[in-house]
Amino acid sequence: MDLFEYQGKQYFARYDIPVSPGDVALTVDDAVAVAERIDYPVVVKAQVQVGGRGKAGGIKLADNVDEARTHATNILGMDIKGHVVERLWIETASDIEEEYYASFTLDRAAKKHLLMLSAEGGVEIETVAEENPDAIVKLHIDPVDGLDLATARQAAVDAKIPERALDGTADILVKLYRCFTEGDCDLAEINPLILKPTGEVHALDAKVTLDWNAAFRHPEWDEYSLTEVLDEREQLAKSKGLQYIGLDGDVGIIANGAGLAMSTLDVVNQVGGSAANFLDIGGGANADVMAAALDVINHDENVKSILINIFGGITRGEEVAKGIVEAMGRVDLRAPIVIRLDGTNAEEGRQIILDAGIAADKLISKPTMLEAAREAVALAGKGN
Amino acid sequence: MAIFVDETTKVIVQGLTGGQGKYHGLRNKAYGTQIVGGVTPGKSGQDVEGIPIFDSVADAVAATGATASFVVVPPKFAPAAILEAAEAGIEIVVCITEGIPAQDEARVYNTLVRDHPNTRLLGPNCPGIISPGKCNIGITAGEIAHLPSADGPNVGIVSRSGTLTYQALYELKQQGIGVSTCVGIGGDPVPGTNFIDCLSEFEADPETHAIMLIGEIGGSAEEEAAEYIAANVTKPMSAYIAGVTAPAGKKMGHAGAIVSGGKGTAQGKMDALAAAGVKVGLNPTEAGELMADIVKGL
Repeated sequence: MDLFEYQGKQYFARYDIPVSPGDVALTVDDAVAVAERIDYPVVVKAQVQVGGRGKAGGIKLADNVDEARTHATNILGMDIKGHVVERLWIETASDIEEEYYASFTLDRAAKKHLLMLSAEGGVEIETVAEENPDAIVKLHIDPVDGLDLATARQAAVDAKIPERALDGTADILVKLYRCFTEGDCDLAEINPLILKPTGEVHALDAKVTLDWNAAFRHPEWDEYSLTEVLDEREQLAKSKGLQYIGLDGDVGIIANGAGLAMSTLDVVNQVGGSAANFLDIGGGANADVMAAALDVINHDENVKSILINIFGGITRGEEVAKGIVEAMGRVDLRAPIVIRLDGTNAEEGRQIILDAGIAADKLISKPTMLEAAREAVALAGKGN
Repeated sequence: MAIFVDETTKVIVQGLTGGQGKYHGLRNKAYGTQIVGGVTPGKSGQDVEGIPIFDSVADAVAATGATASFVVVPPKFAPAAILEAAEAGIEIVVCITEGIPAQDEARVYNTLVRDHPNTRLLGPNCPGIISPGKCNIGITAGEIAHLPSADGPNVGIVSRSGTLTYQALYELKQQGIGVSTCVGIGGDPVPGTNFIDCLSEFEADPETHAIMLIGEIGGSAEEEAAEYIAANVTKPMSAYIAGVTAPAGKKMGHAGAIVSGGKGTAQGKMDALAAAGVKVGLNPTEAGELMADIVKGL
């Protein structure tokens, strides 16, 4: 899960990484109150999970209460590349002497942690990587060994970070690495990492992606689920514990297993249709899960047909069938279903559907994934 | 012949007394797999339908001579379970657990590489491995795998996705093509065994005559496999990559299935494999048909 900047900074602060004093605000009045409390000049920053906020006018400097109010009024509700600004982060403005870049990720190919460090910060690291790759120091770290201060300092030396910023940078790197590992991040990035005229090194921005698989050992993450950016459909699916991603097409998709679900999207696309969603009901899904999945899809008004693609392994065909029959009795489905059922107990499942006596134009069974996709796409076309 | 596991492989199940462990452990046993023991701390002396339970993997190995372990425990406990198996000298650990934190996976992987080079980890988050007619460790329904024929040609399958592995087995069965071994390497960011490990085994296995690879978006494992194939694999191959239409920046169910910064796209992977001489299908059925064509020519 991607954190907002303010959450990232608060997360950094847990690991003693120096960030500017500030607070989050949901209203103009709150924003002004924060500005008054932390003293001017302050920076008013739009909290959206998309790059290019500054260029879009989402980051402004305020020298007094009037400016703070004006900027907060303008930025709240602003649309930045389709992201509407609902929160502001107000922090003390920093004097910047130099800007650097630092991040930790997992290098999947090397199966090691990867530190990327550059004395050229404040711009997109992808741009630096393209234009001046030598300006980025890449250091692999064995997760069993971890990162010590001496190694971190050497990396800073190699990145040509100036002498007076070396100790501060090394200190932050070690803390950021702890945040990355103990804090279970997929990504922990500071861009820019700044050197102040006073000689202090300091995180001016925070980009943190958490590995939600580790949520069981981070009760402090609970609050982040409340601010997760989800559309209405995703919200409903999440409340039902389903793996759902909203898309723009008109064929609703339900499949078991992430790979098969992705593949179903692809096949729908190949036969000239487009999927309304990705929905993986997972392994071992029972009737309740199937009913919940249909309920979520039924809430999507763009859906003109529903394609259910099941290959039973742990998931059992008769359970899937029961769920469909139950859902059709409970919810008035707006779109017809095309189903392809194979694998464990598929025969029994098909029999259950047959015995339920569902109208032939409401539920159509097809023997293969490709035929089912063609039928679903044809039906969606008719519905338009 | 088969790769990694065969009819002589003795297997213990870590978590045999749990619901999932019992269901799949017994199903594997019914398939003919030599399930010789289970491990659940504090339950030694008990049994699950005649399979003895031990307190530790070390005890189980000492008593049964097992060389393989099937790990079916929740994400919180799986890393310790895998390392316990390695410490007890287990040679192949199959972990189906989904949802292990990536930091734990990275630590486990690097610990195995350093301290237990003779232990191979399959997974986590994988369906397991099946050498049809010989040994099935994991959650694959054994009956969907076509038995290999004595004189071939037989196909080896390696896949990152569970259900697509079943789909691949199904496609080959429809075509009447025998399978030597089918390996699910799992959809997580740090798999213990990768495509290349399996490709090199299949290349060396006399019972495998062609290889089918099922990949998906995210990471660069398929691109690395393509490089390896170009230089080292002489057996004909077909492949399918899931996720052509997946939107960037979204984790498509699997923790490892994400296109980020324009990297890890299905198209890039398909191009790389095609350039290495692999026949790439646009859907699983097509990959199966391509394999049927390959097999006919053998």
